[in-house]
Amino acid sequence: MFIIDPHIHMISRTTADYENLALSGVVAVSEPAFWAGFDRSPAGFLDYFRQLTEFEPRRAAQFGIDHYCWICLNPKEAEDLGKAAEVLSAIPQFLDKPSVLGVGEIGLHKSTPNEAKVFQQHVQLAIDWGSRQKQPAKHALILIHTPHLEDKLKGTRLIVEMLRDFGAQIDPARVLIDHVEEHTISLVKDAGYWCGMTIYPISKATPQRAVDMIELFGADRLCVNAAADWGISDPLNTHRTMLEARQRGHTLQTQLDVFYNNPARFFGQNPKFKPRPLAVSEVK
Amino acid sequence: MKTIPPNPQTAVRVLDAYFLEVRARLIEIAATLDRVDRASNRHELQNDPRLGFIARSLAILQSTAPDRARQIQELYSI
Repeated sequence: MFIIDPHIHMISRTTADYENLALSGVVAVSEPAFWAGFDRSPAGFLDYFRQLTEFEPRRAAQFGIDHYCWICLNPKEAEDLGKAAEVLSAIPQFLDKPSVLGVGEIGLHKSTPNEAKVFQQHVQLAIDWGSRQKQPAKHALILIHTPHLEDKLKGTRLIVEMLRDFGAQIDPARVLIDHVEEHTISLVKDAGYWCGMTIYPISKATPQRAVDMIELFGADRLCVNAAADWGISDPLNTHRTMLEARQRGHTLQTQLDVFYNNPARFFGQNPKFKPRPLAVSEVK
Repeated sequence: MKTIPPNPQTAVRVLDAYFLEVRARLIEIAATLDRVDRASNRHELQNDPRLGFIARSLAILQSTAPDRARQIQELYSI
């Protein structure tokens, strides 16, 4: 079984994790830009973006894994508008790198006015990137982080409202809103966006609840990730969710759709992303 | 004579340490009950004592008794 991990922060994982991912069927990973555990300088961001676009693809390739990434300034560091402006001005040059899929993971953390402002600036940046392409029309793909715990519902509503304010400039099919749970999934899916479910058993979803949500809301436009990073997290939580689906009797095709084809469909809107959706067929 | 050491932690510290885990477990219980309800042949569980055990356990959780864990263990004892 092939798996695409649609959200994982490999810069904070060991090389042994790459090997384990490869051994467990992962053929491609997507790494959004995120918070490093401390606030960085603008120069620190440039180094980070180089690490994402130059070093990690090489490290992943040793294990036959395609490494893709997303570029942005994360919401936790959006309070300093001066720094944000400096970092955002450097992002366009990275969006054209061969493994960059789009702008992300932007979003909200505490839903402050400054976070909202920087979120909107990132969305505008994705739109502007689209207008500079040879065939202008489609904005860059956007990957969005939603807040944690008690901030999630309010923050998700605010994100959807802000995206709506961009009108026809934003195509919901080119936006994935991540970390949805039972109380936010309809808000996102009904508006036409892609959803990501993150398996963090204490603060987000469990494998069991994630499979519940697949059953309740449908497998289309839904991805599952472990969002493994430098915190207490486990890259194999994606696989545990697939195992839960298998134990409940979901078909191989459903498993393939959720854990491989859906990420391939969303990411594949950017021609840089190579894996293509697969179908299960019996050899006669 | 047995000695019972006092809890060295403050109540705030205990709640700080375990609140998110409790929250996660409550959501998990709710999701499990939802899962049971939307599964096929739900009527076959009409007289299943395990559902009564869960209901009575949840009632014990709402009490202020100092030994809620023991009470739930006894509920599930033959």
